[in-house]
Amino acid sequence: MENLFTRHRNLSVLAAVLFIQVFGLAVQVKRSNDPQQTRLIRVWAVATITPFEQAIVHTQGAVYGVWHNYLYLRGVRQENRDLKAQIELLRLEQARLNQDASQARRLQALLGFKEQSILQTMPAQVVGSSGSEQSRSLFLDKGADDGLKKNMAVITAEGVVGKILQTYPHTAQVLLINDQTSGLGAIVERLRLQGIVRGSPNGETMLEKVMADEEVQPGDKVITTGGDGIFPKGLPVGSIVKVSSSDLFLKIRLHPAADLSRLEEVLVITKLQDVAPASGEVAGSQRAVDILAARLPGVPEQPASKDAEINGASKAEDGKVGDPKVEDPKVSKSRPATSSEPKPTTAKPTTDGKPTKATAPTPKPEAPNAEKPQLNETSASPRPAVGPQAKSPQVQQPRGQPMQVHPPQVQPTKSVKPAPLLKPAADQPANDRMQ
Amino acid sequence: MRLSQTSPEQVEVYRFPWLAAALIPALALFFQAFVPVQLPFLSIFDVPLLVTIFLGVTRRNPVTGLLTGCVIGLIQDSLTPHPLGVYGIAKTVVGFGASSLGVKLDVENAASRFLVTYGFYLLHQFLYFSVQRGLVGQALGWAWGHELFAGLVNAVAAVALFAVLDRFKQRN
Repeated sequence: MENLFTRHRNLSVLAAVLFIQVFGLAVQVKRSNDPQQTRLIRVWAVATITPFEQAIVHTQGAVYGVWHNYLYLRGVRQENRDLKAQIELLRLEQARLNQDASQARRLQALLGFKEQSILQTMPAQVVGSSGSEQSRSLFLDKGADDGLKKNMAVITAEGVVGKILQTYPHTAQVLLINDQTSGLGAIVERLRLQGIVRGSPNGETMLEKVMADEEVQPGDKVITTGGDGIFPKGLPVGSIVKVSSSDLFLKIRLHPAADLSRLEEVLVITKLQDVAPASGEVAGSQRAVDILAARLPGVPEQPASKDAEINGASKAEDGKVGDPKVEDPKVSKSRPATSSEPKPTTAKPTTDGKPTKATAPTPKPEAPNAEKPQLNETSASPRPAVGPQAKSPQVQQPRGQPMQVHPPQVQPTKSVKPAPLLKPAADQPANDRMQ
Repeated sequence: MRLSQTSPEQVEVYRFPWLAAALIPALALFFQAFVPVQLPFLSIFDVPLLVTIFLGVTRRNPVTGLLTGCVIGLIQDSLTPHPLGVYGIAKTVVGFGASSLGVKLDVENAASRFLVTYGFYLLHQFLYFSVQRGLVGQALGWAWGHELFAGLVNAVAAVALFAVLDRFKQRN
């Protein structure tokens, strides 16, 4: 036996080393369900390499900052003028979007929807990668000590980047959406088709599990579904660049909204919140409830009694006002909601950025803030909102280091006469989407 | 420059100063983890693999070669999300094969280095995907075109890199 080992010493060592590794691999695969398990060698390797990476990245940033902020200022004045002009245009656009957002919130209140909103984000810098072409992952300069945890979503202003896979004291590993082992629930915005986003062997981002008979086209936008509990709904994932048919499913290639190959700074969503529509908005949507209820076929007329009125109001307050049987007789009486009723007027911004007067229902006494004109604080906020969540209502603003995402405020409106807040169904893509 | 002719150096065994032997793999791993973040197109290179092959064919000791490959592979594994041992197994076999080949073949000229690296790159990728699919259970896709091209790029890079690393080796 000893002679055999000596004669084939090299092969024996090779077999032993391979056996140990295969055995270790089997143990890891068997225990892969333990989320808290981190191998010591990982901690050592990451702790050894990432400080150097952080030092280089931060030095680079400092040099770049000195050069661009103090030395290389050519064209800055012209750029400043251009940006100011752009801000004016964006203010106009924001005023219009705020109208859409407030309408969407009323509809959500109407249907009792709860949406996940980004409550808190933390900026982080990309300092390293996995060093493997087969696994697409990154290392950030923030870790568990900064409050990062596993499965937190990582985004940029452009779109989704990935999720945190592992945290270490001063760094965190992010699995990108174009990794082959990744899986992100996504939806084609135009067709509302659900699929799974993951990477290809070449590092391309693919949308899978879309049936071959669907009419997906290049240029279609893909957004998150929000069903995975990691990413909020509606974040841009990318746009479709190529569609080819395979056996059962389409082979769809995406262009990621966030440039995954050139990431420098990202935002980690450290806190999500299920936001139910605010009660003040619900009061405003009571009218919308009645409108939709009246449009539903076969809705029986409720007797105009005091109990019914109270019942309807309380349900509206709870955000459960979608029941067509509950109808506010007072509102129905004052404004018969039929298909022939006049189209509602929405507030349009003027050229100076201020919205014009809009026809809106008279505010109810129990919810005086619902229609109360407010200053638009979003445009004055120094911190920008992120992506589509800029439309989502935010009610809390905790103090601390992480960046806060500010909500848009309701645009000032003035009540002129009772009129529906909602446009007719044909003009309501948001309503269609939710259904 | 001789490209394929057997040279008298083929039986020469080299060694490296301990500092170089430690720093070369460490720098390769650092390069692999850091540089692709700045220059994404460089992620196609597998510098730790090239260093494993170089140290294997230069030292010409199969046990040292496989242990070197094992350590480099495990450290590379620790920077990735997948279980430890995937790169470890692949690079152990490559380290063993490179050192065994170095004993029998001339690996001192550019052509043989190109071919050896190209072959070992494909072997490494095959082992990696086999372990990932067979042992870990990850359904990874194999892209022939990409792997062949990446092997070509790495083989070209190996010729240049090995010429630089030759400066650190010492006759045993």
